Amino acid sequence: MEPLKQVEGRAIPFGAKNVDTDVIIPAHWLKTITREGMSKGAFETLRQDPANLFDSETFKGAPILIAGDNFGCGSSREHAAWALMDLGIKAVIAPSFSDIFSGNAFKNGILTVVLPQAAIDRLMDVAQTDPVHIDLESQTVTTPFQDRFTFEIDPFRKHCLLGGLDEVGLTLARDEAISAYENEAGATMPWLNKGVVAA
Amino acid sequence: MTTGKPRTLYEKIWDAHVVERREDGTCLIYIDRHLVHEVTSPQAFEALRLSGRKVRRPDLTLAVPDHNLPTTARRDSAGHRIPIADPESAQQLAALERNAPEFGVRLIGDADAEQGIVHVVGPEQGFSLPGATIVCGDSHTACHGGLGALAFGIGTSEVEHVLATQTLLLSRSKTMEVRVEGQLGPGVSAKDLVLHICGVLRASGGTGYVIEYTGEAIRDLSVEGRLTVSNMAIEHGARAGLIAPDDKTFAYVKGRPYAPKGDEWEAAVAWWKNLATDPGATYDKVVVIQAADIAPTVTWGTSPEDTVPITGTVPSPDDFADPSKQEAAAKSLAYMGLTPGTPMQDVEVQNVFIGSCTNSRIEDLRAAARVLKGRTKAPTVRWAIVVPGSGLVKRQAEAEGLDRIFIEAGLEWREPGCSACLGMNPDKVPAGERCASTSNRNFVGRQGPGSRTHLVSPAMAAAAAVTGRLTDVRDLADVRELG
Ligand code: SF4
Repeated sequence: MEPLKQVEGRAIPFGAKNVDTDVIIPAHWLKTITREGMSKGAFETLRQDPANLFDSETFKGAPILIAGDNFGCGSSREHAAWALMDLGIKAVIAPSFSDIFSGNAFKNGILTVVLPQAAIDRLMDVAQTDPVHIDLESQTVTTPFQDRFTFEIDPFRKHCLLGGLDEVGLTLARDEAISAYENEAGATMPWLNKGVVAA
Repeated sequence: MTTGKPRTLYEKIWDAHVVERREDGTCLIYIDRHLVHEVTSPQAFEALRLSGRKVRRPDLTLAVPDHNLPTTARRDSAGHRIPIADPESAQQLAALERNAPEFGVRLIGDADAEQGIVHVVGPEQGFSLPGATIVCGDSHTACHGGLGALAFGIGTSEVEHVLATQTLLLSRSKTMEVRVEGQLGPGVSAKDLVLHICGVLRASGGTGYVIEYTGEAIRDLSVEGRLTVSNMAIEHGARAGLIAPDDKTFAYVKGRPYAPKGDEWEAAVAWWKNLATDPGATYDKVVVIQAADIAPTVTWGTSPEDTVPITGTVPSPDDFADPSKQEAAAKSLAYMGLTPGTPMQDVEVQNVFIGSCTNSRIEDLRAAARVLKGRTKAPTVRWAIVVPGSGLVKRQAEAEGLDRIFIEAGLEWREPGCSACLGMNPDKVPAGERCASTSNRNFVGRQGPGSRTHLVSPAMAAAAAVTGRLTDVRDLADVRELG
């Protein structure tokens, strides 16, 4: 995973509340076999409107999305995070997120920033004309107009995002412990350590 | 196995699989068996490929396509594949067929005799074993808990994590005992029992728990019946379901292709016998159910918790105390096109589906065939299919002549797979029509957009096929012949 230290650029002033995973990526996209190209399905229904924000000259490819309460509710599909990632979004700012969505976003290196509604309102305003800056190290969101909002983040998630560490990589680093377990369990429960061999 | 504080079955399996304990209490848990299918694995393999990682233990991994496969013939008379019409389904199958050999994983092919639904294939092959930790990218993985294995569904990121590391980072669940005392009445099956439990616990009553099903009625069930019960643990929100392994379990596992052999078999049985919950061990919660209270059970709504005895009527939203449940019930009734107060036995069905990982093992097919023998499908039943859980179940059923009974009764006899359980393949229930289904979910649109599902047991599905409406199988067939 790419380390994520700061995100700077245009922020899509989307603002909608209770955006569920069906809105982020409709169910028929579950039949795909790759994460890439999923941006085509991102917000598919909304983007049928030619005047939608996502495809506008100003916001196409913007790295930040600003949304309302309870972003990412609905199903547990990880495709929602993949769709945003493929759209180029590196951070989402909202007053609250569904737990499963923020977990999925984190696993895919997307930062979820929780800010109070008043801050969101201000950022929505700024985003119309100017870029927004997120600094993960100092946990702040700033604008060219001296706005400065701080946010909370789980220290473990922060550490992983800053270092570009993914969960698989972190566990692979525990290889010694896993091998030790395999040796021990292989002695006490040998039938479990033996499965099938590919033909 | 260490002595000391009395422990539950869940705690014993958990303790035996801890690789490392972290400061925050989460544990790195070793995974003994990983079942892989075509829908939730492509992006996991893709991620491994992109990061240059490999599968740590291909020998503990087994791949089998099931969700997307058509249940019509898969090979023509010359042995060539009949192309899958839906391009996306074909693509998912092709991805599994490419990924498995590339990563050294054993693949059971779409036309192999052993092919079937992952949760039927695992136990049938002896791949799923008592006391093992088992995962699969599918919600109904708890099914394998019927053997006394700690089994649960995982998402695509976790599939990738298990492929690469053979472990998962987990926190320990709370424990719940669901004790079913006494004996089930004649004509009442494992499916009726678990549907009844769904009604008692509600869809979220098991959230945060691993459930152990205990009691006389559970002990009396065959292993197939136990798999049916554990299969639906997720429908009460539980992380997993468990049933302590016993002599029936050992007899079921013995001799299966991947089951331990010789001295290892003896050692395994000795270990499995120690897994049962110790006397004096406590659960965080206990729910007691009387088996005698359970009638053949059906669902009326769009959640598996919406159960009612077949002798009952469609409820009214006012029957529920909780205002949010009142609202949900009103919505469900509108979707299902049902009027409160209607006797359940007056509800007509146009479709019947006998299959899914809940009810597609040989015993389920026998139960349906006992009801259908010498009877025929009602003319108002437009579509009735029997989908065996695996090629081996299919072969066994044919050896017993069950296929003839189904066909003579006017039902279709299909190739194994998930089929109309979730309608990812062409087997769908049309909008507005009802289906008496032996599957596990009656969610909105589950069997196809606008489809209306009534969850039932195999015998009850067969009875509905005969009469064209939901029917108390005990009135239709002599209960003694139902076994
Ligand atoms: S039969 Fe249904 S519930 Fe079972 S694995 Fe297939 S889709 Fe999932």
